[in-house]
Amino acid sequence: MERFVDTFFNGAVLIRYAPAILEGAAVTVLLSVLIVLSGVLLGGVLACLRAYRIRALSFIIVIYADVWRALPPLVLILLGFFGLPNVGMVLSSFMVLYLVLTLVLAAFAEEIIWAGITATPRGQWEAARSTGLSFTAALGHVVLPQAVRMVIPPLTNRAIAITKMTALGMVIGVPDILGQATTAQSFSANASPLTLAAITYVILFLPLVIASRWLEARFTPPGV
Amino acid sequence: MNAPSSLTVPSLRIAGLDKSFGTDPVLTGIDLSVARSEMVFVLGPSGSGKSTMLRCCNRLEEPDSGSVFVEGDPVTGPGVDLNRMRQRIGMVFQSFNLYPHLTALGNVTLALRRVQKMPRAQADDVGLEALALVGLTDRARHYPAQLSGGQQQRVAIARALALKPAVMLFDEPTSALDPELVGDVLAVMRDMKARGMTMLVVSHEMGFARDAADRVVFMDGGRIVEQGLPEQIFGNPQQERTRAFLARVQG
Amino acid sequence: MVDQFFNVGIMIKAWPLVIKGLGMTLLICVVVIPLGAIGSLLAALGALSPNRALRWASLAFIDLFRALPPLVLLIFIYAGLPFAGMSLTPFVAVIIGFFLNNTAYFAEIFRAGLLSVPKGQREAARSTGLTPAQTLIWVTLPQATRNVLPDLLSNVVEVVKLTSLASVVSLGEMLHAAGLVRSITYNASPLVLAAGLYLALLWPLIRLISRFERRLAH
Ligand SMILES: Nc1ncnc2c1ncn2[C@@H]1O[C@H](COP(=O)(O)OP(=O)(O)O)[C@@H](O)[C@H]1O
Ligand SMILES: [Mg+2]
Repeated sequence: MERFVDTFFNGAVLIRYAPAILEGAAVTVLLSVLIVLSGVLLGGVLACLRAYRIRALSFIIVIYADVWRALPPLVLILLGFFGLPNVGMVLSSFMVLYLVLTLVLAAFAEEIIWAGITATPRGQWEAARSTGLSFTAALGHVVLPQAVRMVIPPLTNRAIAITKMTALGMVIGVPDILGQATTAQSFSANASPLTLAAITYVILFLPLVIASRWLEARFTPPGV
Repeated sequence: MNAPSSLTVPSLRIAGLDKSFGTDPVLTGIDLSVARSEMVFVLGPSGSGKSTMLRCCNRLEEPDSGSVFVEGDPVTGPGVDLNRMRQRIGMVFQSFNLYPHLTALGNVTLALRRVQKMPRAQADDVGLEALALVGLTDRARHYPAQLSGGQQQRVAIARALALKPAVMLFDEPTSALDPELVGDVLAVMRDMKARGMTMLVVSHEMGFARDAADRVVFMDGGRIVEQGLPEQIFGNPQQERTRAFLARVQG
Repeated sequence: MVDQFFNVGIMIKAWPLVIKGLGMTLLICVVVIPLGAIGSLLAALGALSPNRALRWASLAFIDLFRALPPLVLLIFIYAGLPFAGMSLTPFVAVIIGFFLNNTAYFAEIFRAGLLSVPKGQREAARSTGLTPAQTLIWVTLPQATRNVLPDLLSNVVEVVKLTSLASVVSLGEMLHAAGLVRSITYNASPLVLAAGLYLALLWPLIRLISRFERRLAH
């Protein structure tokens, strides 16, 4: 037991590395917020563009969404971090992580919001157009608000899953929670920084996970 | 002179049944017997405990106290093989509750195959027989979603009939149906009565009660207020509450 | 550009190693997906149990492992446990970590699926004498599974993608193999090769899911 505490909850180690992990937490939160904002926004724009049903454009959007949903983010991160410099594009590890996860979330968000748009009853379009609204106005003021409401639960779940992937930044040296913790762990030869990292993630994400379940219960119609 | 016991022992007997949800008493001291081949109709305002009474009979709701017997065998109490007893009590729900992932025949044979462990061919024979009784042999391979509401409810009746129950419970079997489909279901029930099935029916089909029921029971506030022959209850109710209720529903 | 990302010569050299890695990727999936499906069903049933202690324990388990990033879990198991004298091979660490993560995600899906089956279905089954277990197997579970089939398949896609994390603990799956060749050749083509194989593996599945989703929506 003593050995267990000493290994995973070593007071001295915890105190020494807590500030670093707190800094890491700030990086994780900043990245997460940026990714969610830009990813959902980009996904929403793509879904709206698809609503115009311009064949070539829709095709490109579908291909983009499929590919970015099929590829493991870690593959994309490594490609961005190690591949791009070879063609003269040097991005910081923070930037690579931000861009990759934003584009991944945008791909998922596009599919989810598009599903919401197609699930909005035809009558809503017809009612809006019959009162003289343009296609764009009908989309923006009538259909999109309903579509987004409908897909809040899956969108939230996906956003949480992808912001959790900021931990992958550790592989390319982003000083996020996990990055700081693995560095600290190798310096201190003790597992306590990892424990602290795990606890920090749970503190950050558990409320979101619980909130997403609540949203699900609230917004999902019960069984038929 | 000794009558056969099946004639003297009621098919269904409810004795001293009490049930509350939390602190709300929903049923108080219900005593009711249904004789073999009898059709008993239960009337009463919404919330008077009619569904709860039926659901206590096969213990979908657990009674607080009191007992239920089917052909003299206890449904309540310790050591009862509930699942075996349930096969002797058919239940038909307001919302059909057909299994959407199974065909009509699959719905009817599920319990035969999984509880009675009947081989498939035999279960199919029994199932088709039950579907024939409700006039749906030709719909055996259809899924519930491919059937009209009236057909779905008839399949649900066949599902209960296939187990050859001693008594059937109906909880507002026609309330979820479009008016033009009600007749088919009532016709099936009339036919079942002609074949001697014992039935306890909660329904608002007054016309049907008048000419098909052997006895009518009026419930209010979780109690049986009055019971008697249909002509007696509809023509000359003794209790004020019964009169008020009938005046309201009969306009 | 073509030379840096689509260098056929390097891809051909990387091919045997990457294919061997693909074998490991598939092996992880074949072990983790069935284990996770079984574990998650138990966790989902626990989360819906009338027993309060069991319900809370199951929900706590599900939420904890949905809140923890899988990489954190994996590194904790692989790099943390040895300090306590428990050394695991990378393969075992990966299986344990992914099992926990995957069980939690599948469980949440099954929970939603079971909840989506109306109460009347269980009541109808019980009224014909089916036991609770028979009701689950023959009535509730088939409907629950059908209702959440797209989500279950999506999660299978996520598991396949998740296997790439095993490269971090030096388990020789596909990404690890590709990364190894990249670090020797200083050329990104092996990564592109791996990406192409992931795409070949998962694209059909993603199309299939979209089809199911459209069908269920109508
Ligand atoms: N599962 C339940 N939990 C709490 N209260 C219930 C439940 N089922 C029924 N009740 C209450 O019991 C009373 C009787 O309900 P019910 O038997 O459905 O009446 P009826 O079928 O005559 O309309 C109602 O007040 C109803 O709100
Ligand atoms: Mg009722």
